[in-house]
Amino acid sequence: MTEQRHAIVLTVNGTPCHVEVPARRLLSDCLRHDLGLTGTHVGCEHGVCGCCTILFDGAPARSCLTLAVTADGHAIDTVEGLATGDTPAPVQRAFGECHALQCGFCTPGFLMTATALLRERPDPTDDEIVEGISGNLCRCTGYQNIIAAIRRAAELTRAAT
Amino acid sequence: MATRLFGEPVARTEDARLLAGRGRFLDDLGRGALAAAFVRSPHAHARVVDIDVTGALDADGLIAVYTYDDLQGRVAEPLPLLIPHPALTHGRTGHPLARDVVRYVGEPVAMVVATDRYLAEDAAAAIEVAYDPLPPVVGIANAAAARDLVHPDVPGNVAARLLQEAGDAPAAIAAAPHTLELDLSIERSASMPLEGRGVRARYDPGEDRLRVHTSTQASTSVRMALAAKLGMAPVQVEVIAPDVGGGFGVKVVHPWPEEVLLPWAARTLATGGAPVEISWTEDRREHFVSSAHERGQLQHVRVGFDDHGRVLGLDVEIAHDNGAYTPYGIIIPIVTSTQLLGPYKIGAYRAEVTSLYTNTVIVTPYRGAGRPQGVYCMERTMDAIAAELGLDRADVRAANLITPGEFPYDQGLTFQDGRPLIYDSGDYPKQLDMIRDLIGWDDFAALRERARTEGRRIGIGLGCYVEGTGVGPYEGGHVQVDTTGKVHVATGLTSQGQGHQTVFAQIVADELGVPMADIEVTTGDTRRFGYAVGTFASRAAVMSGNAIALAARKVRDKALRIAGDALEADPRDLEIVDGVVRVAGAPESAIPLRTVAVLANPLRYSFDAETAAAGQFAGGGPGDDEPPIAPGTEPGLEGRDYYSPPRATFASGMHAAVVETDPETAEIRVLRYAVVHDCGPMINPRIVEGQIHGGVAQGVAGALYERLVYDEDGQLLNASFMDFLMPYATEIPRIETDHLETPSPLNPLGIKGAGEAGVIPVTAVIASAIEDAEGIPVRAMPISPSELHDLREEYGKARHG
Repeated sequence: MTEQRHAIVLTVNGTPCHVEVPARRLLSDCLRHDLGLTGTHVGCEHGVCGCCTILFDGAPARSCLTLAVTADGHAIDTVEGLATGDTPAPVQRAFGECHALQCGFCTPGFLMTATALLRERPDPTDDEIVEGISGNLCRCTGYQNIIAAIRRAAELTRAAT
Repeated sequence: MATRLFGEPVARTEDARLLAGRGRFLDDLGRGALAAAFVRSPHAHARVVDIDVTGALDADGLIAVYTYDDLQGRVAEPLPLLIPHPALTHGRTGHPLARDVVRYVGEPVAMVVATDRYLAEDAAAAIEVAYDPLPPVVGIANAAAARDLVHPDVPGNVAARLLQEAGDAPAAIAAAPHTLELDLSIERSASMPLEGRGVRARYDPGEDRLRVHTSTQASTSVRMALAAKLGMAPVQVEVIAPDVGGGFGVKVVHPWPEEVLLPWAARTLATGGAPVEISWTEDRREHFVSSAHERGQLQHVRVGFDDHGRVLGLDVEIAHDNGAYTPYGIIIPIVTSTQLLGPYKIGAYRAEVTSLYTNTVIVTPYRGAGRPQGVYCMERTMDAIAAELGLDRADVRAANLITPGEFPYDQGLTFQDGRPLIYDSGDYPKQLDMIRDLIGWDDFAALRERARTEGRRIGIGLGCYVEGTGVGPYEGGHVQVDTTGKVHVATGLTSQGQGHQTVFAQIVADELGVPMADIEVTTGDTRRFGYAVGTFASRAAVMSGNAIALAARKVRDKALRIAGDALEADPRDLEIVDGVVRVAGAPESAIPLRTVAVLANPLRYSFDAETAAAGQFAGGGPGDDEPPIAPGTEPGLEGRDYYSPPRATFASGMHAAVVETDPETAEIRVLRYAVVHDCGPMINPRIVEGQIHGGVAQGVAGALYERLVYDEDGQLLNASFMDFLMPYATEIPRIETDHLETPSPLNPLGIKGAGEAGVIPVTAVIASAIEDAEGIPVRAMPISPSELHDLREEYGKARHG
């Protein structure tokens, strides 16, 4: 028996996307495999690692714990939407400058988390940064350079505005 | 001269793509492939009585179901035992799908192929397997007791007994003025990269060719394994490691069952003439129960020493849990038993390793690969000696250090590469001074006392290690300059985030005199380089870095020779700056490398402007009786070379930490963590620092948080990130670093490996610091607050009872 599919519309990185999905399809799989936005990664599929973090109506959310059908009509931001044309966003630039990534698998999740964090707190203390990324796992960097990068991203953002 | 890039903290060339979300990890490689899913054993030890696939046959999207009985030819044979060793008298490997008996929870029993992963999992769930449970063997003590056997034909569950001996340790201990015995344990942990394993196989029946992408640390060896398993010539098989989301050792095992099964199934299903492509991405639970673990050992130490704490004799019995099979041989306990010696001169040494089967996931190298266990053993012993004699722990270590004048220092043992364990260089006394300074060792007693008066408990710990890095047998490099001036570099070993593209480009930029921006580096793609060993044992920079440097030197020599002809200059008078060959001191006499690349090929159709422009230099060609390609030369401005070292080169380091333990809750916090590290001259200090940070974080994780908890039935109780406590930023301390750069005399660049270093001594250091804070011997790691609480109770009773 073929599964029933549901027509939904997601506004992904500002662009309305029409897609038909089974009710059980995860938002992470929908973004990655239906829409081809493979920048969002899946590290655990149980909401702990944070690799799949996207912004759901502007707030960080686990796309692996979200059914795609529940995102119908909502705005989703992914790592692919951070840059403006060829110009990387401050968080992207800062992560590069501070060597805040190694294998790069967890990085999109950190970038999305940091983006939301800096919107809420444009000048975070180190404690606030640590608290802000305490839902994202990284196995490569030991976090020290990620914390430095978010501090740097705050500087870059302030300098640009 | 342009600035030398070797030694500069150059920004990584990998990053722009990864930061933009344009990484190409295994599961990102496009749509349209069929999907595989696996039925895995829920039992640690059981006979497979019946596999009923009926329920799956009607499943939506089903393409095929396979069990062991469906496997053909060499695919039905046991998986290879990669590294045999004379001591491994009872090596055993599993089959790609279980044959008759399963030996760990997670062992693959059936494979489903369907049009989509969701549907493949539906079908897998509909397969019913009947098992007849057998008694499971869990834990080292049970394995050694051997009341039950993991393999009926392996007596005592003993896979290997290995003896390492230098001098007569029992006699030296018997004659020593002081002796001690310690029992130590260290639990299982795991590499746990955030990207699990994954395989994507495409078989094209028209071309009779197989292309396999796999999240591996050893793509060339996967290719050889697949060629052998599938009866194909290696040239028919291409294996590519795409972006790999962390490895840390676990992805060096090959071929995994899935790595054999997907290519085989793709070929089996390609009956219609069209290519068939199948993909499988491991989920997190699968990674916990069906990839590999490491670390678990029990150690019994007997040591004899003099009044200064100098070790006169050391005798260690190591019981090592190798899990259900030994596909990777006994590398881990070999490394433990040799690298245990660290930076020390031990009078006489004896280590006896017993490697035991248990009904658990296989045990294969995880960053450090047996060293953390060995260093833990030695450093706990050093602390115990200091406590016994009432000496400062750093002074006891100082009394035992090999001194700079003693290199090369022969430890009298055989290392993991089968070569003598000879340290090439280092300066351990200086390192010890540096770490004492960095952490403030000599002033700590006052701090500890002050904290005590405030009702706080703080302690300091120290740990030293030596790490054999850059083991052979070889790696190769290929460097090619094309007619646009772009430089294409390839090496066969793989990358998992170490920044190889950046550091190899730095090396080529220096050797060849070209800008970094003109250099493109490819790793782990058998289409570009077929011969390689792999990325493990902190070997990539040493092995491929040197091979690429040698290849670049060949290209440079060739470029200077051709440019010398064109410029009518002696090649010895030429230099290459910014991609242009010029006469030193007369820069107007110059020729760009892209033009030299044109001249390097006598076939000169004018496809591009550069070829046309090269005409002005075409005069000095071969004479009428000479062949256009001179004997001993080849067309093209390219070169290939290999680096093969006589033996490993030995990096080293010393770590120290300050911890605080809560008198009430027994919570353990790392207040400071300091690292002094020597991997020889650093190609890119920023990348080395990053490797250290990550290694220390994994070390802290293994010391305080991560473990793999099997119950008596062999069920892994914490097979998820909910229960396996991988630390977040909230748990990892800031890491302070200092570097020493002692060159290796063994390789052209003088470098040593850095990848594993950070993790190696951390468990030892944290144990040392907790012991110092608490005044209670710490002999079992990792340690949780509740275990520290129990230790306090136990010692409180012993003291007061």
